[in-house]
Parts: sequence; C-alpha cells; structure tokens
Amino acid sequence: MLEIRFHGRGGQGAVTSVELLALAAINEGKFAQGFPSFGPERRGAPVLAFLRIDDRHIRLRCKIEAPDVVLILDPSLIRIQKPTTDLKKDGLIVLNTPKSTEEVRRDFGFHHKLALVDADTIAREVLGVPITNTTMLGALIKATGVVAVDSMQHPLQERFGPLAVKNFNALKEAYEKTVVEEARP
Amino acid sequence: MAKKTAAAKRVGMEVSIAVSYAVQLARAEAIAAYPITPQTHIVEHLSSLVANGELDAEFVNVESEHSAISTCIGMSAAGARTYTATSSQGLALMNEILYIVSAMRFPIVMTVANRALSAPLSIWNDHSDIMGARDIGWIQVFVENGQEAFDHSVMAFKIAENHEVLLPIIVNLDGFILSHVVEALEMVDQATVDKFLPPYVPLHRLDPRNPVTMGAFALPEIYTEVKMNHQVTLTKSYDHILKVWDEWGKLTGRQYHPVERYRTEDAKILLLIMGSLAEVAEIAVDEMRDQGLPVGLLKLRMWRPFPFKDLRDAVNGAELLIVCDRALSLGGVGGPVMSEVRSALYPMAQKPATLGYIIGLGGRDVNPGNIKDIVARAQQEASQGPQEEFHLYGVRG
Repeated sequence: MLEIRFHGRGGQGAVTSVELLALAAINEGKFAQGFPSFGPERRGAPVLAFLRIDDRHIRLRCKIEAPDVVLILDPSLIRIQKPTTDLKKDGLIVLNTPKSTEEVRRDFGFHHKLALVDADTIAREVLGVPITNTTMLGALIKATGVVAVDSMQHPLQERFGPLAVKNFNALKEAYEKTVVEEARP
Repeated sequence: MAKKTAAAKRVGMEVSIAVSYAVQLARAEAIAAYPITPQTHIVEHLSSLVANGELDAEFVNVESEHSAISTCIGMSAAGARTYTATSSQGLALMNEILYIVSAMRFPIVMTVANRALSAPLSIWNDHSDIMGARDIGWIQVFVENGQEAFDHSVMAFKIAENHEVLLPIIVNLDGFILSHVVEALEMVDQATVDKFLPPYVPLHRLDPRNPVTMGAFALPEIYTEVKMNHQVTLTKSYDHILKVWDEWGKLTGRQYHPVERYRTEDAKILLLIMGSLAEVAEIAVDEMRDQGLPVGLLKLRMWRPFPFKDLRDAVNGAELLIVCDRALSLGGVGGPVMSEVRSALYPMAQKPATLGYIIGLGGRDVNPGNIKDIVARAQQEASQGPQEEFHLYGVRG
C-alpha cells in the first residue's frame, strides 16, 4: 500500500487532488481512499489531505501517520507543518519549488529523496492562475508511477469540464519537467 | 463471494455521494432535510439531483431538523417514499418527533452520519448521537464502508415499506471516516433496483376522499397495547430484514448478517465493534492471529431489533469478549453497546467475561495498534478480575 499526504492551504485544492488521483487509481482497477483532514478548514489555513492506494480493499481508516510520500503544494508550509518529520525513512518528498536539489537540501534540511518541480510557474503559464494542485499531480505521478498519466484525463474531465484540458496540459508539463532524484544511498 | 446476478458498475466516489445515488436509484419521492456536518454532502447532492431533474422528488428546504422530520411525517402520511439525513445535534433536535415516526408506523428512511454531541462542540465522529436515540422504536443498522452504505441505503426502503413492518429505519454511517472518503464501490443499475424495489404502496394514507385519523391520543386502556404492538412488530421485523438482505445477497453477491463474524473460528477472545472501525480491527485481528493469539471479531450490524440469538451463537466458546463502544453512558456502565451485550449474554450458562473499552470519542483516531493494545490490556484485566466498570481508552489525566 502506498500512503501519500498532501500539504496545502485551504483553497489550493489539496483535497481535490487526492480525490482526482484516487479516482484515477480506482478506474485503473486499483483500490484507493482519498480524504481530507476532517475539520472546519478555512481558506489560507494549512490543510492536509490523505491518499491511500493499494491492489486490494483498504481497511485502514485512521490518519496517515508514517507516509511513503509527502507532497507539498506550498513551500511556506515547511516551517509551519514540518511535513517530513514522520515521513518513512525511504520516503519521498514531492515539492513545488523553483530551487535545485542542492538548494532545497541546504534551505530545508531535507534528508529524503526529492522530486522537484516549479509548479507555480507552470500553473501561471498554462492555467493562468497560481493554483498548483493538478500540476503537482504530474510531479507525483512522475516520481511514483502510481497511475498512468493518461488515467488522469477522465477524472479531470468529470471534475473540471471545459477547464480539464488546461489542467491536464499543466499536469503533463509538470510530469515532463519534474526532476526526480536517484534513490539516496 | 457468492455468485451475483445484478448488473453493476465499479466506480470511485465519495461515500456521501454514493448514498445520495442510492436514494435516487430507490426513487425517493419526498425529501426534507437540514444540512449539518458531516451529513451535508448527502443532502446537497440530493438537492442538486432534484433541481437538475434527475430525481423526480419533492425536496423541501426547512429551517431545522425538527421541521425536517416533521415534514417527512407529513409527506410519508400522504403516501410518498420519504427520505432524510442528519447528524449529531440535528438528530437530537429531531428527538421528540422520532418516537412519533415509528409509533405512527411511517416507513421513512434516514441516514445518520454519526457525530459526537456538544458540549464541547465537536463535529467529529463517534456514536453519541445515535445512542441518545436508542429507544426511538426505529430499525437501526450500522455500516462499515462505502459499499455497505450504498447497499443498505437501497435495502432500507424495501425493509421499511413491507406491510408487515412499516417502520422507519436508520442507516448509521461514521461521519467523516466514511462520509467524506472517496473510495471504490459497485453501483447497481436502475433496472436492478426497480425490480428489487417496487413502488411504495402505503397501507393507509392521508386522502381527502377517504378521511382517516392519524396520531389519535390513547387512553390508559389502550396505550400499553399500542406499545406492545410496536414492540412485537419491531422484533418480528428481524425476519423481513433477513429476507431483504438475502435477496440483495443473491443479486449482488454481498450477503449481510445481523452479527458479522471475522476469523472467529476457535477464538477464545472476541472483539465486538460497530461501524467503520471494525475494518481497522480486522487488521489488528490478522496481526494477532499471525502471532498465534486465538482472537476473532464480531461486528454488530443490526442494532435494532437487537439480534439476541445471533449474538449468543456468535460468542459460544469464547472466554473473553471485549466490547469497544464509540459512546459513553455518563454516570452509568460506560458503553451502551457493552451494557446491552452483557445483558443479552447474562442468561447463558457458559458465557465469556465481558469487558468494555470506549474508543474514538469525538474523532480521536483509532489505529490497529490501539486495538491490539486493548486486547492485551483486557487479557490482563480478565486474568486479575475487572478493576473498573469500563475503560475510557487512551484518556489523559
């Protein structure tokens, strides 16, 4: 089972992201759970969203406490939420940043494997707004291969209708541009 | 899984939305509801389905849950297939009307997305709300995942509307833990549901051409007999519930039982849980079985009518029964489920020691490790003799 935790701010679409990816995985015949951190979330406040994907029915119903992957939509959350403290030792950080691997390690003190993409710039250019949730899914898929990129088309279409194409293009561009570090020793 | 005959489609969907589709497939004709977290997505989506013309029903917006259930009474009395949903304070606000619904035999179907009661204000999941409505005379079932939520939401109408039942029914699903999760489930198609669930034919209904009195008052000479009639009907609804579950099982391959058993073969230790945490407990049972501990799990699906015989059969041979409640009966025996289970087992000559642990109040997370810890503690307690009436597991201070 793969357990992924999304870190974002209310309104950035973290919950939408986990739902879209859960749907894509289910459409591929897998099993998935996508759910928000339950509570009265507010626009701009730090929020979490959770995603489990497995080849069989998922019985676990608690929060994800030792994720395999953390996906950080907004780097300003790193100091507030400390998203990597409970990340598995061989876990993966998927981060929205224009910085290089070396800069990220130096600035944030991360020790885990990194997958980096400048999703802000891609989202601004392709979508016209700095909303990076669907863009970051491209980075996550590149780094984990958890679903096929094309499997995102249908859930995006269902959710966004005419805006689905733009979102899929942003996702695909992020997929192509994401720098995934080789496994760390 | 048994062979199935129904046309089904595997989908990914939020459980609340799946419940609203079940209500649509059941062709509910009348809905009155007031939104309250975490039930909101169910009635919001039903409202959309009605507004978009995808469900031919009357959707009445009301100013409170008291009005919601009162309006449902009116619509059910007029002969409509009637649905509502609520949670927590909303269920509490309905309280005085809930008894009237069942005593007047209106087959209303209600989803309760279970949530804690105030104060302190908590929007999170436990079973405090429904335990406060234990004695309302409705049929009550609990589900543990999205598939069950969908299945039981369809089956509820067929159970309630049987002329030998004609009782309202509550399908309990854990707020947030189920209501807000997107997961995989199988949707049955409209043709299958139409065949399974024919249109509602009321036995009596309000009709100006054929006036009847509903809700008359009862003198002391008759009140007790009316209560006995309700008691007998609710108890006997058991047979009809099982018939409907069997029919659904043949259609879908998913067979439901009043007390579900998980790895109970040769079990000396049994856990008993209601709702979605039963799946979490399954994981713990698997791990403990791997370590050689003879532990199994009972899931109480049917809460009203209480399945005395099924429960007694299920605990046969066990030495220790650990009941994990999701609500606290303050100043009393602790967990309301433990209290009823222990009482149900009392007449047995050979019965397991029954200990109560209260878990997951107000949204506190419960993981498989917690369940294993409870089993270890209960074993120790059983060997030394109970020290407390119950345990509020994990409480600080």
